[in-house]
Amino acid sequence: MAKKDVPPRWDRKMQQRLARGEAAALGELYDRFASLVHGLAHRVLGDEHAADSITREVFTQVWEHPDAYDPRQGPLRSWVAALTHRLAVQRLRATETAALTAGDIGSAEAAQAAEELERKVRRASVAARADYIVHSMPTPLRAALELAYFQRRDYRQTAVDLGVTEDEARRRLRLGLQLLSTAHDAGTPPGYGGGA
Amino acid sequence: MSDAFEAHDGTGDSGLPPRIPLPRSSVEDGGQPLPEPADPPPVALELPHDVLKSLLGAWALAACSTAESLAVEVHLGDCGACADEARRLREAVGLLHQPESLDLDPGLRTRVLESCLDRRPARIPLPAWAAPYDAEAARLDALLQDIGDAEWHTPVRLRWFDGQAPTSRRTTVAGVIAHLLSVDGLVAVALGLDDPLGDAPAQGPAGRTEAFWQASHFPPTRAVRVPWREQSHQLVQTVSFTGGGAGRLGVSYGDFALPLHDAMLDRAFECWVHAEDIAEAVDYPYGPPAPRHLHRMIDLAARMLPAVLAERRRAGLAAPGQTPHLVPAGRPGRSLRLEIEGNGGGEWLIPLDSPGAVGSADHEVAHVALDDVEFCRLAAGHVPPEEAAAGQLGDRAAIRDVLFAAASLSRM
Repeated sequence: MAKKDVPPRWDRKMQQRLARGEAAALGELYDRFASLVHGLAHRVLGDEHAADSITREVFTQVWEHPDAYDPRQGPLRSWVAALTHRLAVQRLRATETAALTAGDIGSAEAAQAAEELERKVRRASVAARADYIVHSMPTPLRAALELAYFQRRDYRQTAVDLGVTEDEARRRLRLGLQLLSTAHDAGTPPGYGGGA
Repeated sequence: MSDAFEAHDGTGDSGLPPRIPLPRSSVEDGGQPLPEPADPPPVALELPHDVLKSLLGAWALAACSTAESLAVEVHLGDCGACADEARRLREAVGLLHQPESLDLDPGLRTRVLESCLDRRPARIPLPAWAAPYDAEAARLDALLQDIGDAEWHTPVRLRWFDGQAPTSRRTTVAGVIAHLLSVDGLVAVALGLDDPLGDAPAQGPAGRTEAFWQASHFPPTRAVRVPWREQSHQLVQTVSFTGGGAGRLGVSYGDFALPLHDAMLDRAFECWVHAEDIAEAVDYPYGPPAPRHLHRMIDLAARMLPAVLAERRRAGLAAPGQTPHLVPAGRPGRSLRLEIEGNGGGEWLIPLDSPGAVGSADHEVAHVALDDVEFCRLAAGHVPPEEAAAGQLGDRAAIRDVLFAAASLSRM
């Protein structure tokens, strides 16, 4: 997660460069977001090949229609993540539905399979919301979670690293997780109109 | 502040040693063994409710002391509200994983970008001579994304051929990236971009690298990745706008200069060579560049050979030409046929007696055949010229001179 804060200026500039048809900008866009896009698609689809193909679709869409992104609506990263989520869920529904209609299965099994599909879609939506929350939460909270979770620092070390009191470190960790836990609440991931 | 909390801490010691978080199963740990948890104290701490509540986040993340964890867990048995929140926060920890793929196929970048450009051709395309640098920097960056914090300090030995013998310099993975950042900076300076060295008066690849290394009291860390990557993106962006003509803009390397388009090929080559150094040090697989990029890099080396031959001859390191000063510029002269096998290969006629002469099949006196990657290892100074696996036919002195000249293309 937290690499470094991407200023909105970078987002606007990137959009302008893409609109201008700058191949170098396309490469930079890929370098910045490919692992995010591929990772999200892989989480939804559970398949390397399908994730590759969604990655290609996402970048093609952004490259062909850079104006579809509105910097005033939020960071480019969230928009790309939402687009990825939408395309991946679309792909998941299409393949699973095709498998359902192609297979000669009873209605009970079909209902079970459909339920399983919805579970997958829900899980993917929760994960997408979680990703969005982590990247839009205040930087101090994200930095604390980053240290405690990814760097395995305890809260005292986290406090030292961040130059805050131990009380404050505990508060940030708790608040950060509280925010993140809302990803489980119903609703569609923000950033676009109900992709799933 | 934490005074109230410390007052209730059983140990009563504010200078606590770093506590060790409990092992947690939710993190993919790469098989690294965790230290043993500290022995739990015999009695659970007694902490007030608001302190216990404030610890829930740290507890869910296994980021508090064993004694505190124990106190929280005892409390959860008695307090429904805290138990609910604790469960919610633990579930939230499960959502905290990297969405990023760590093992993206490096070939995917090329395929995705090509497919994009097929659908909508670029109005400002990447110059063909900048494409190898763009691709190699992206490949190296993908490797860097995969390696852990500690691996940035893995020792790496930079090796090159100093004109007479193999030589080397010890550094770390982060030190190699600092080296690339410093030397790529030569191109940045030529393009009017910021110099990563600031206004340090260092010159040439080695001087700049040493200056960069010495400018900091601490050895370089993974923090060097961001400026290196930003600069490489800036170079690619800037050269895309310079158009064909500016390809002739000179990039000074201190004691020699290269036209911009050749400097970008040189930097692509160095990026690959050092990426291999790093991959070898951290034990990751790493392949050669795409064949068309490899071909351009080899072509640059072949074009640089006559000047290096002449320089070595002036320094008494190569046999004097049989027909000194008798080959005027632009005229055919004694030549060596360099045959490079493999997908990135091709054939080059290297004029032997003067950089100004033109290679000529009619004046061919020797023929050398090498595999493409082997030739690059030779030109990188990673294979001593005496040991290069080369098929040889003809004038032995000429062959020796060319192989030594190829190795002498290398530098720190």
